[in-house]
Amino acid sequence: MGIEIEKPCVVELSNIAVSNTHGEDSPYFAGWKAYDDNPYDELTNPSGVIQMGLAENQVSFDLLEKYLEEHSEATTWGKGVRNSSFRDNALFQDYHGLHSFRAAMASFMEQIRGERAKFEPDRLVITAGATAANELLTFILANPGDALLVPTPYYPGFDRDLRWRTGVKIVPIHCDSSNNFQITPEALEGAYKEAESMNTKVRGVLITNPSNPLGATIERSVLEQILEFVTRKNIHLVSDEIYSGSVFSPSEFVSVAEILEARNYKDAERVHIVYSLSKDLGLPGFRVGTIYSYNDKVVTTARRMSSFTLISSQTQHLLASMLSDKDFTELYIRTNRERLRKRYEMIIEGLRSNGIECLKGNGGLFCWMNMSPLLEKATKEGELKLWNAIIHQVKLNISPGSSCHCSEPGWFRVCFANMSENTLQVALERIRNFVDKIRTHTLTAGSN
Amino acid sequence: MTRTREPESKSKTSSPSSSSTGMKLIVPLQGVVQGRGGILLGSLIPCALFYFFQLYLKKRRRSNDKHPSSNPPSPSSSFPELPRTPSRSNLSSRGSLTGVRLSRLATTISDDDSAYYVGLNRASRDPYHKLTNPDGIIQLGLSDNTLSLDLIGDWMRKWGSGGDDGLSINGIATYQAFDGVDELKLALSDFMHQVMGGSVHFDTSNMVLTAGATPAIEILSFCLADHGNAFLVPTPYYPGFDRDVRWRPGVDLIPVHCRSADNFNLSMTALEQAYSQARKRGVKVRGILVSNPSNPVGNMLTQDMLYNLIDFAEDKNIHLIVDEVFAGSTYGSEKFVSIAEILESDSEYIDKRRIHIIYGLSKDLALAGFRVGVIYSFNKNVLATARKLCRFSSISAPTQRLVTSMLSDKKFIQDYFETNRNRMRQVHHEFVDALSKLGIKCAKSSGGMFCWADMSGLIKPYSEKGELELWEKFMSIAKINITPGSACHCIEPGWFRICFTTMSLEEIPLVIERIRRVVEVCKSSS
Repeated sequence: MGIEIEKPCVVELSNIAVSNTHGEDSPYFAGWKAYDDNPYDELTNPSGVIQMGLAENQVSFDLLEKYLEEHSEATTWGKGVRNSSFRDNALFQDYHGLHSFRAAMASFMEQIRGERAKFEPDRLVITAGATAANELLTFILANPGDALLVPTPYYPGFDRDLRWRTGVKIVPIHCDSSNNFQITPEALEGAYKEAESMNTKVRGVLITNPSNPLGATIERSVLEQILEFVTRKNIHLVSDEIYSGSVFSPSEFVSVAEILEARNYKDAERVHIVYSLSKDLGLPGFRVGTIYSYNDKVVTTARRMSSFTLISSQTQHLLASMLSDKDFTELYIRTNRERLRKRYEMIIEGLRSNGIECLKGNGGLFCWMNMSPLLEKATKEGELKLWNAIIHQVKLNISPGSSCHCSEPGWFRVCFANMSENTLQVALERIRNFVDKIRTHTLTAGSN
Repeated sequence: MTRTREPESKSKTSSPSSSSTGMKLIVPLQGVVQGRGGILLGSLIPCALFYFFQLYLKKRRRSNDKHPSSNPPSPSSSFPELPRTPSRSNLSSRGSLTGVRLSRLATTISDDDSAYYVGLNRASRDPYHKLTNPDGIIQLGLSDNTLSLDLIGDWMRKWGSGGDDGLSINGIATYQAFDGVDELKLALSDFMHQVMGGSVHFDTSNMVLTAGATPAIEILSFCLADHGNAFLVPTPYYPGFDRDVRWRPGVDLIPVHCRSADNFNLSMTALEQAYSQARKRGVKVRGILVSNPSNPVGNMLTQDMLYNLIDFAEDKNIHLIVDEVFAGSTYGSEKFVSIAEILESDSEYIDKRRIHIIYGLSKDLALAGFRVGVIYSFNKNVLATARKLCRFSSISAPTQRLVTSMLSDKKFIQDYFETNRNRMRQVHHEFVDALSKLGIKCAKSSGGMFCWADMSGLIKPYSEKGELELWEKFMSIAKINITPGSACHCIEPGWFRICFTTMSLEEIPLVIERIRRVVEVCKSSS
């Protein structure tokens, strides 16, 4: 018997299939591999890698479970729900989405903003997650080769979501620690000019508010400056407000929706908001995202395009019920904020006691940690060397600032909401030991 | 000299493309002015004329404004008068006078006023209801199956809430594998094994799950072809392919015309011809896309034809995509043969890596709302890419759990299939019979959810125009929404797709009565 040699596959694949614009070769994802290979478990693997690179919210899961237990009618198709309702639901593949679901989402979004903005259910387009929403909007607002301006540091997934299939470029709006990484008019103009110098048309600005990875809200005055900028350049503004319900103190979050409402929707047709239940409600597995646009044509087009990324009618039905229960949502939002704030304070304190400072944050599921004093060299390589040591010696998966395109080396995003308090303590303990070691010994290369 | 950007075309108001008109002015003028100083004059004069012409067009465009949509009510907004930019040098950024621009793709999509969308809109605004709106529009243009939904409803009521324990979200709230959880893949593998005749084993490691078959087709298109490449597709074909393959992947669909004389079966000669014509035009053909059972005709590919297609793909070194979403929705005497069956039995000389199957639960299990689709491929690279791409179109976790549960209830699935098949057979038989009594013949079909009806005798002129006029008559006189053959790229005018699976036996006479109205109108006017 001969050796079976697999013939080379002759049939070609597309450029997209062979490119690496999916970005999954970056350290952001490599750290996950280290975790997948050796995941921490309190009991069975206490020396494993602790996942602090995944912005998942598990702190309020019990509230959801309790609600579903006590309100089983939300999940049933049962008694009282005769044939027609089920039939409508199961078949319902209308890309408009269930009206009851959209109404519930709109009302939930209003509650998060303290009723300071109104959302019309008919302007909500449903998508299977915010990932799809951001990509979809990019397809609608920009042609291949055009650019979106995105402030740095930004969520590493944008490199893939905004660029891969769309062919659109990201031109960074450089922000730095001198002013807590806030966006400035100069930075906006600078990015615009940079695009122009590359002969690239800028189609819009995409901001995340509160910011990922900074964990901080954008100030009202800055939002107004951004609005003024996009209006002057006649481009779009996409505001990804996926963490809006995770701001610790409700009064500190200003949504672009509020500003628009206050000025009677002047210039609103260029503004689009992305939202999802993956972070605030801790339901990323449900794949629930939305686009809210003040632009009729964007709404129509997005709706048609959402055929590729609809939310299961079962899930819409379940959530419509839950999210229109105002008592529940009020309790949830309030409790979730409180718990996140406590976690945040816990990690900040823990880090500070080891001499590690973080950017002052007020929302989100992570903190933006400054480890630049610990770098051997204040360069990207220095940062990656430190990051490697943290992964392999300290066994924590955190995200290096360079994967977020941060212009200053030494910053790291550390997620704190996807673990128990005990695990967080373990992580802080490991950091303490590590920092002590550095301060007394020279940092070794570690296993690369 | 400033060049203007290509102005965006509006959906309802169309304004002439000013830049190309402008250029037509400049070039001859430059030619006219010769001699010393001529070049200066030759550029200045055209520039000045061009500038004034631009201003004139901009003024015209401003008055034809801007908000085209009949869609959701706007918030109480007042879109302001856009400020006039005084500076001459800002000629190129006149976008401010025409509103903020969308992409070319967005314009294509929002301008799409094909019968498919128009029909959907009109039907949804005046939907038929037996009691509350008996004169409303009956929707026979969407291939949904309500014939056996009662069985699914019963199952849902008994088990759909997780039984006695209720629906738990434990384990499904967090991020799941984007390409679907293992339990569901296993359940689907079993299900597909049953549906495809019981002789094929589907390996879960060859599966990528997506939120419906629609993104499955799109994702495959992104994997197998580049922008500007093409797939060959037999006509008539499912109108949705135009969306799934052309919109975002930018892959073209080259029709391979099938004819009524062949009962719309594919001819290999036609396929060869289409391929070489494409090559001559410099178009890179990357694959063939077929649906089996076919939408809209409802016929099936024979085993021979499947072998022919495989040979063709091998010979040209291209891909073969087979959309088998209707595999379990057969009612005729012909047995359905999945391409997977051929590959399983005859894998020696066939390179399976060029063959990809699309499946889903929207048709065979009537669960369109749940969004469950499958890409089945033997190509590791395609699978790897598809796995990354399906993050944009993943199935909701609670639905994955619910569907796994349903598919694992083998007895229920068996009952459903038997009952559904019988009901489909009955309704199909009755309806086709009733149509033929009206003088309307249908193509021979054994699968799918529709009749492919020949109404060419009723159209005048014998053209796409005549066909669309008939379609309008169906919409406004008969008040039924059916799909005209032109939307399916059928080369012979007058054919219509009518879905029969949303009608109960009792409703057939009502529908036939309405169709009769149109038949009579057509006969009396001829």
